Amino acid sequence: MYQTHYHRASSIDEAASLFAKGDDAKFLAGGQTLLPVMKQRLAAPSDVIDLAKIPALIGIEVTADRVVIKAATTHYDVATNAQVQKAIPALAALAGMIGDPAVRYRGTIGGSLANNDPAADYPAAVLALNATVKTNKREIAADDFFQGLFATALEDGEIITQVSFPVPAKAAYEKFRHPASRFALTGVFVAQSKAGDIRVAATGASASGVTRVAAIEQALKSNWSAAALDGVTISSDGLMSDIHGSADYRANLIKVMAQRAVAKAG
Amino acid sequence: MTTINLTVNGKAVSVDVEDRTLLVHLLRDHLNLTGTHVGCDTSQCGACVVHVDGRAVKSCTMLVGEADGTSVTTIEGLAQGDQLHPMQAAFRDNHGLQCGFCTPGMIMSAIDIVKRHGGKLDEATVRHELEGNICRCTGYHNIVKSVLDAAGRMNLANAAE
Ligand SMILES: Cc1cc2nc3c(=O)[nH]c(=O)nc-3n(C[C@H](O)[C@H](O)[C@H](O)COP(=O)(O)OP(=O)(O)OC[C@H]3O[C@@H](n4cnc5c(N)ncnc54)[C@H](O)[C@@H]3O)c2cc1C
Ligand code: FES
Ligand code: FES
Repeated sequence: MYQTHYHRASSIDEAASLFAKGDDAKFLAGGQTLLPVMKQRLAAPSDVIDLAKIPALIGIEVTADRVVIKAATTHYDVATNAQVQKAIPALAALAGMIGDPAVRYRGTIGGSLANNDPAADYPAAVLALNATVKTNKREIAADDFFQGLFATALEDGEIITQVSFPVPAKAAYEKFRHPASRFALTGVFVAQSKAGDIRVAATGASASGVTRVAAIEQALKSNWSAAALDGVTISSDGLMSDIHGSADYRANLIKVMAQRAVAKAG
Repeated sequence: MTTINLTVNGKAVSVDVEDRTLLVHLLRDHLNLTGTHVGCDTSQCGACVVHVDGRAVKSCTMLVGEADGTSVTTIEGLAQGDQLHPMQAAFRDNHGLQCGFCTPGMIMSAIDIVKRHGGKLDEATVRHELEGNICRCTGYHNIVKSVLDAAGRMNLANAAE
């Protein structure tokens, strides 16, 4: 790792001002993505601004209609929170499928969304549940937040403060895990809102990161059942092809994971 | 350089280190606690797992600054004098190790697993929860046996308290 300066911020404003003072600063939350990248010398921030102990960024609030998760809340705390398990069981289950227990103790929702790895799990939940990402500057709708591989609507120095998920009528996530990395080879999140809107998001599959899957949304609109997807074919255009799986294989996985997710959501 | 203050295996320590120092290097290179190992560069193997404020985390994926003010337990902090921790004893009794490289991380993760699941631990759960710890020797079979054996011993010990 190259030299860097570590700063522990005690408030969101302090974090923003420390960021502005560095030449090439980066925020640090759980460090489960940034530190491996820094160890490999693929990133060399002059300053790292630790957000993980800012009280306003930690915690979960659940009401009848919304689950609000503050940005520096760990995957472990989301997975094991009884209120989240009750309001949006699919979200708690998804958090419990990320990486391994040691990663879940440190990694955070804000870090996962800011990073927007094309195979990460949380982006699928945010997009399918039509969540709102709040920052220290504004609110960003899920459809506007994700902008391709490792790209988001965040501006330089902008801090995610919380993510607000509407409680759906039904939702489930199914992930075909890469057995070594534990990331999604393809994961599909299906959701039906209380108003009856259907949104389906796939991660791990598209070469441009998390995406909605219109063909599956259409089919589920007329008939919410796994069988409704039997006749759907997913195009492999724009899907990733690599040593782990071809684009055609991933196209098929999108359909199979969607069917399993619908069956699980009930 | 920054001064880092933390508690390691019950003792207060204060060390001047560069900000880029990882917790594992503070433990190994500055405190000579070489029981915690480094098996990879990618945060995937779990050889470096220690407990930070009671949670089993990868010490290769934590800067010393993040660990400032915490309480850390390493493999060296488990035994009480000559008496091994029940998890260490179970690994010895069940041949849960061969070369031993992964063992400190396995044991630190395994104690955390038993603490989280208590008496409800079964083989499938142990295998699933050990995903972040890689062993190149044993084929995991005896590791899983050791963890289940220790879970019984640890729960008995708790019940006796
Ligand atoms: C072995 C291993 C397995 C993993 N498996 C999975 C998996 O199966 N699925 C999965 O989804 N992920 C997986 N991950 C990644 C993990 O979920 C990370 O926790 C997550 O991607 C990043 O969160 P973090 O809090 O650790 O962020 P950090 O590493 O601290 O930061 C990541 C990026 O986000 C920025 N950032 C952090 N917080 C904020 C904020 N509040 N506002 C703005 N920017 C911010 C940082 O500047 C940095 O650029 C794995 C990681 C490891 C090491
Ligand atoms: S040394 Fe491999 S995970 Fe820490
Ligand atoms: S005993 Fe050799 S790596 Fe596990």
